[in-house]
Amino acid sequence: MLRYFMPLVVIIVLLVFFYKGLGNDPGVLPSQYIGKPAPVFELPSLKDASRTVSNADLKGQVSLVNIWATWCTGCRAEHGFLMQLAEQGDIPIYAINWRDRRDSALSFLSQLGDPYVASGFDEDGRVGIDWGVYGAPETFLIDPDGQVVYRFTGPLSDAAWQREFVPRIEELRQ
Amino acid sequence: MIPELGHFALILALSLALCQALLPLIGAQRNDATMMSVARSAATGQFVFVAISFGCLTWAFLQDDFSVLYVASHSQLSLPTPYKVSAVWSAHEGSLLMWILILAGWTLAVARFSGDMPQKLVSRVIGVLGLLSVGFLLFALLTSNPFERLVPAALDGADLNPLLQDPGLAIHPPLLYIGYVGFSVAFAFAIAAMISGELDQQWAKWTRPWTTVAWLFLTMGIALGSWWAYYELGWGGWWFWDPVENASFMPWLIGTALIHSLAVTERRGLFKSWTLLLAITAFSLSLLGTFLVRSGIIVSVHAFASDPTRGFFILAFLGVVIVGALALYAWRAPSMDSSAGFALLSRETFLLLNNVLLVVATTVVLLGTLAPLIVEMLNGGKISVGAPWFEVAFLIPMLPLIFLLGLGMHTAWRKQASDSWIRVLRIPAIIAVVLGIVIPLLFYGRVSVMIAVGCILAVWMVSTALVLPLRSWRREKGTAGITRSTLGMSVAHLGMGLFVLGATVVSSFGMEADRSIRIGESLELAGFEFELRELRQVQGPNYSAIEGVVEVRDGGEFIGTVRPQKRQYLVQKNWMTEAGIHSSLNKDLFVALGDQLGDGVWSIRVQYKPMISFIWIAAFVMALGGVIAVSDRRYRVPVRGRQDANDVVAEAV
Repeated sequence: MLRYFMPLVVIIVLLVFFYKGLGNDPGVLPSQYIGKPAPVFELPSLKDASRTVSNADLKGQVSLVNIWATWCTGCRAEHGFLMQLAEQGDIPIYAINWRDRRDSALSFLSQLGDPYVASGFDEDGRVGIDWGVYGAPETFLIDPDGQVVYRFTGPLSDAAWQREFVPRIEELRQ
Repeated sequence: MIPELGHFALILALSLALCQALLPLIGAQRNDATMMSVARSAATGQFVFVAISFGCLTWAFLQDDFSVLYVASHSQLSLPTPYKVSAVWSAHEGSLLMWILILAGWTLAVARFSGDMPQKLVSRVIGVLGLLSVGFLLFALLTSNPFERLVPAALDGADLNPLLQDPGLAIHPPLLYIGYVGFSVAFAFAIAAMISGELDQQWAKWTRPWTTVAWLFLTMGIALGSWWAYYELGWGGWWFWDPVENASFMPWLIGTALIHSLAVTERRGLFKSWTLLLAITAFSLSLLGTFLVRSGIIVSVHAFASDPTRGFFILAFLGVVIVGALALYAWRAPSMDSSAGFALLSRETFLLLNNVLLVVATTVVLLGTLAPLIVEMLNGGKISVGAPWFEVAFLIPMLPLIFLLGLGMHTAWRKQASDSWIRVLRIPAIIAVVLGIVIPLLFYGRVSVMIAVGCILAVWMVSTALVLPLRSWRREKGTAGITRSTLGMSVAHLGMGLFVLGATVVSSFGMEADRSIRIGESLELAGFEFELRELRQVQGPNYSAIEGVVEVRDGGEFIGTVRPQKRQYLVQKNWMTEAGIHSSLNKDLFVALGDQLGDGVWSIRVQYKPMISFIWIAAFVMALGGVIAVSDRRYRVPVRGRQDANDVVAEAV
């Protein structure tokens, strides 16, 4: 008799998982590193493989670390806003080019403009895993001590910027 | 006005779907013929109104009505007309509407081609399909209305995603959905059988052709999707174990198991509760596929907009449908199983093994697809199950399955004498071992254990599949020939063999090279020479492109020119790779243009894909097998007609 109930039990367990998974909206999932130092990384620079980008570059200033890739449509969507932000020159934007190809990443930046102070090239996605990246694009706000202050998932827009980033940056700079 | 009409038609369709669901189901319970008679007309009416609604949305696209949000977000003035039509199902709202249309279409087909079935069964089947329609119509109307207006209207649209501007992808979703949704018919038959508590061999005979047709459409849909990914994504792969691909593959695997289990139920009256469970599972996995794609719960390269409210609705719907069906199963199935014996060496045993292995294969795919989600929820951090894992894990059930398949085809029902069995299978076995080793050595110059295993199994399947048709062909006239059912089975298994051969050869002997190259230079791969003759600007209707003219030579002899393109679509500004493929039966030569690296220097990716076309040819051979099988006499002659014929014979006697 019991075997006829097994499928029912299995599916109920699965549905519970799905329900919890649905609540796990990546947009509100806070980074486990918030208030802690940003994960250690040292990546070859995208533009010049002989140089590196690492935590040392972030020290001493409030900065953004943007995770992006050419294959990600959300990254294309936010690119215009990042350019605008870079032109204002208020905050340096660092990038981790995540699971991408160097040639496509470079042509992307040469066509659409390069808003980044420096880009690290994370070809195999290791650093992305260390940072707990869920999916590109993601943007981390880092304080002058190199600690993660805030994590934003999804394409950045002016509205999200004003709402989530501006107050936090002002607080950091006081 | 037209969009509002479409919206209104959808609401009317919902009302009719409610009638179609409730009246026949209640009528069948109360034995009320009047209430049951509503089933067919309500199903027809529902189809008509859904079709009107779908027509209105298509009209809005053709008229470039950018005051409709969905049109403005997925079309554009200069989009070629065929793509304006296919843009209708290019995103969530429209594809949901197409799903509803196809469900209504299947229901109409059931209503139309069920003349010989008892009224109670028809009413219940149509009623259950009506319940599903109600769910999906509510989903569309409450969370995903495709007719939502955009005020003020846009001057021009945001354009269709360039990836989707392709003939393969224009027809892939309809075929796939016909397959997905087609399993709802088998599901409805299963629910109807469980409500009545009666499941006989006749039930299996009615259910079987519907299942086979759904399965063959799903087969073609998956094959087209894979073909599209191959030439449009520009990577040259043909299967990526992406969650969305897996979502279509799991119902296919279970559908395949269901077809085989139904065969046992029809012929021997066995495996009844198992057949019911598979029918429920096949459709549940189709629903699960929708849920996974639409809710954004699993990150995928397929960029369907995700929305938590939609995800919640689908999950609730999924819960009601599947939990309801399985609760009914737990309650009713125990009393429905019948026991009849069969020998260890019998077709029943092999079909049972087939079912077990297919279910194991499905579980492998399901686990791999859900693993990242489940591990993350158990706080195990993030893991990613990639193609390498699937490729190994999936082979574990598949290799024995393929081997046993050749045996099972030639095993009799109930009990098979082992000496005649060995006599029949001896020759295909010898052919398989010899050709399986000779083919790779002769054509590709090397062989390893895995290559030999793949080729031997492929030839084994092809040769065992050919035994019955060949024997029937050589038989003298006057004796009974092969039935369409058997022929269809043989053809489908032949297709499976061709698939294994193609997949083995391409994964073992495929080669690729990435180089940077100037105009006039050439590169060599697998004995072929590719020379970049020129680069030129090409203007498309809604894109501009750089086209490379690449001449392909085989040992100095010119065999063709391919023209890979890099297209920039004018509205969305993204760059798309359009590969140039020189295709012949035994190989594809695949050239994709990369990026400009400097003045006149381009990166270029060249691939040699031996026998890759077998993969898609095989899928269509399998589907053809399905077509042949459903054209079998016993499905065409309605019971009433046959009785009339018997009466005539009786009178004549």
